Amino acid sequence: MGANDTFLAREVGLLRFITAGSVDDGKSTLIGRLLFDSKGIFEDQLSAIERASLRRGKGEMDLSLLTDGLQAEREQGITIDVAYRYFSTPRRKFIIADSPGHEQYTRNMVTAASTASLAVILIDARNGIVTQTRRHAYIARLLGIPHLVFAINKMDLVDYSEAVFHRLQRELAEFAERAGIADAYYVPISALQGDNVVDQTERMPWYDGPTLLELLEDIEVERDLTELPLRFPVQGVLRPAAGADRSLADFRGYAGRVESGVVAVGDKVTVLPSGATTRVKAIHTHGRNLEAAVAPQSVALLLEDQIDISRGDLIVKGDAQPTLAREFAANLCWLSATPLDPARKYLLKHTTRTVKTLITGIDHRVDIHTLAKEPGPDRLAVNDIGRVRLKVQHPLALDPYEANRATGSFILIDETTNNTVAAGMVEHG
Amino acid sequence: MNQVVDLATVARPKLSHLDVLEAEAIHILREVANECQRPALLFSGGKDSIVLLRLAEKAFRPAGFPFPLLHIDTGHNFPEVIEFRDRRAAELGETLIVRTLDQSIAKGRIRLKHADETRNPYQSITLLDAIEEFGFDACIGGARRDEEKARAKERIFSFRDEFGQWDPKDQRPELWDLYNTRVNAGEHMRVFPISNWTELDIWQYIAREELSVPSIYFSHARPIVRRNGQLVPLSELVAAREGETIETVPVRFRTVGDMTCTCPVESLAASYEEIVRETAVTRITERGATRMDDQTSEASMELRKKEGYF
Repeated sequence: MGANDTFLAREVGLLRFITAGSVDDGKSTLIGRLLFDSKGIFEDQLSAIERASLRRGKGEMDLSLLTDGLQAEREQGITIDVAYRYFSTPRRKFIIADSPGHEQYTRNMVTAASTASLAVILIDARNGIVTQTRRHAYIARLLGIPHLVFAINKMDLVDYSEAVFHRLQRELAEFAERAGIADAYYVPISALQGDNVVDQTERMPWYDGPTLLELLEDIEVERDLTELPLRFPVQGVLRPAAGADRSLADFRGYAGRVESGVVAVGDKVTVLPSGATTRVKAIHTHGRNLEAAVAPQSVALLLEDQIDISRGDLIVKGDAQPTLAREFAANLCWLSATPLDPARKYLLKHTTRTVKTLITGIDHRVDIHTLAKEPGPDRLAVNDIGRVRLKVQHPLALDPYEANRATGSFILIDETTNNTVAAGMVEHG
Repeated sequence: MNQVVDLATVARPKLSHLDVLEAEAIHILREVANECQRPALLFSGGKDSIVLLRLAEKAFRPAGFPFPLLHIDTGHNFPEVIEFRDRRAAELGETLIVRTLDQSIAKGRIRLKHADETRNPYQSITLLDAIEEFGFDACIGGARRDEEKARAKERIFSFRDEFGQWDPKDQRPELWDLYNTRVNAGEHMRVFPISNWTELDIWQYIAREELSVPSIYFSHARPIVRRNGQLVPLSELVAAREGETIETVPVRFRTVGDMTCTCPVESLAASYEEIVRETAVTRITERGATRMDDQTSEASMELRKKEGYF
């Protein structure tokens, strides 16, 4: 362990990913394997799972007990909610958002997928592409996850057959292309036996690609955000109390997070919706000023000119500017047990701005089994995905979700219950 | 859509996992400050809330914090930690509100079954009373999802009804970094900006930022007895039982809660770096090694949280 503890103690990159697949595809086993082999499970957690498995009359250790954190989940033996798991290797820290696979939990997968840069989609080598696979890949694509790894699992049950893997890889590649998935990977594994999960296996000598963990460590995600145009939603204004320190009397820092792109001192920037332009005078962080900040850093911008800027404004630069729109189309995933009611107003939170909105029309609803679009439904119910038209009270600075997750996403809130009822993805302004 | 950014002219820092976690936490703190009416930050003097204070400095300096610090004191805290708590609040020049279980006991709000009963679960009552007294609509806490399996399911903005209760089966979906902060009068939010940090991340960050921490986090000699696989620290509140052997061993605390239910681990780690190394290779979770009160049932944390616990 000598060299390893030094590596584990240093700063590394971060990858958020989701795992998709039903219980039968071996998802729990795979997560258990990843955590166990990378030291993400602790001995007391293991012994607690052992005790619980015995109590429930299960012969072998049930790793799903590790992720089923709520009493109701353990009582009913099902996963209800998204659970977050953490593990590290000497190369990266990983956050797994683990969500249940069944269709009645589409909303949970959407939630988990919203912050993920990568999805691992499990395929049972015996069954190949099934309805669930299409649904999972569709949601991953809809939520803009840039990288997809198809893990062909249970290779031990098809005699580690090269022909089976290559046939599935070919089918999946065609499917991925039709679905518009740009960056897809394929790896043959057995989560149960540990083949190609963390370590290379000798049982599939015909496969000379990376193991699943090697892929997770290597796939480049850092540039996904920094290569996009600058988007800096203003969260608030930092102004020291009067009289505290005379040198700070004029300090006015626009606090926010670089949601995408890069901002540097001297950059000419535009403030939306006003359209006012100015230059970046300084980039403040506590303790030191930066020459440049990149997504997803949180900083405060000091600007050359005194212009009226407040929470909800968006600072951008360059030619690729968002569209200011009061009416637009978006894909919605309905999250609430109470269906969408077009007669009602909802609150819409987009970046740091919250406005009232009306849903003026529902264009279609997606059949989650066939992925066919059913035109003109009269409502969207829980777990439904569909395209709607919205009209908002004040113009919003929108990018299509495909182009920018931060400025293309929004949530809808029911004003009477305060519940979050829908996740929205802007299609076009 | 993709614009070509001229990176030749700017030095592009490569962000580490700590940078990304820090940026997320600062963003969350600023959302609380700008969307909630009367927030408070729970500061106990423990390592997680020490990290929260540094993140608050990064979120709001050179301005003051837009919220007071609040500590719920069981009266059974380690003296080194209370001393540290007061010193740190004074250094920052921020307001510290302390509400004690003794006040709640005097008012008859808490009735202990017996005098030396662990006071840990009763903190919820004093906390909810303080929330009502000051009208707080958001309490920022240092809980982490890696600590415990019920916490692993909890939202970053976690809603509490007018009884202060958490309903794990009816949580608001939380997507992207769009937090729904809305509450009605009498309800409040618990907000956990370091949800995604692990114990190792905390120590790496403390080391990187050179944050001072109470001395009992470092190795020191302490009289203990071994009970149920844990090292029970002896104090005026905890005595050895008949047949137990008192030993003095080098220990450090991984968590600094109530003296009656918090155990240290054997350790020689006397510097940040040694603690980071030890944390990187430990095989026992933080609460597993140190909390007597979490061992009682599979769901003890979930049950306490439903009643209003941190």
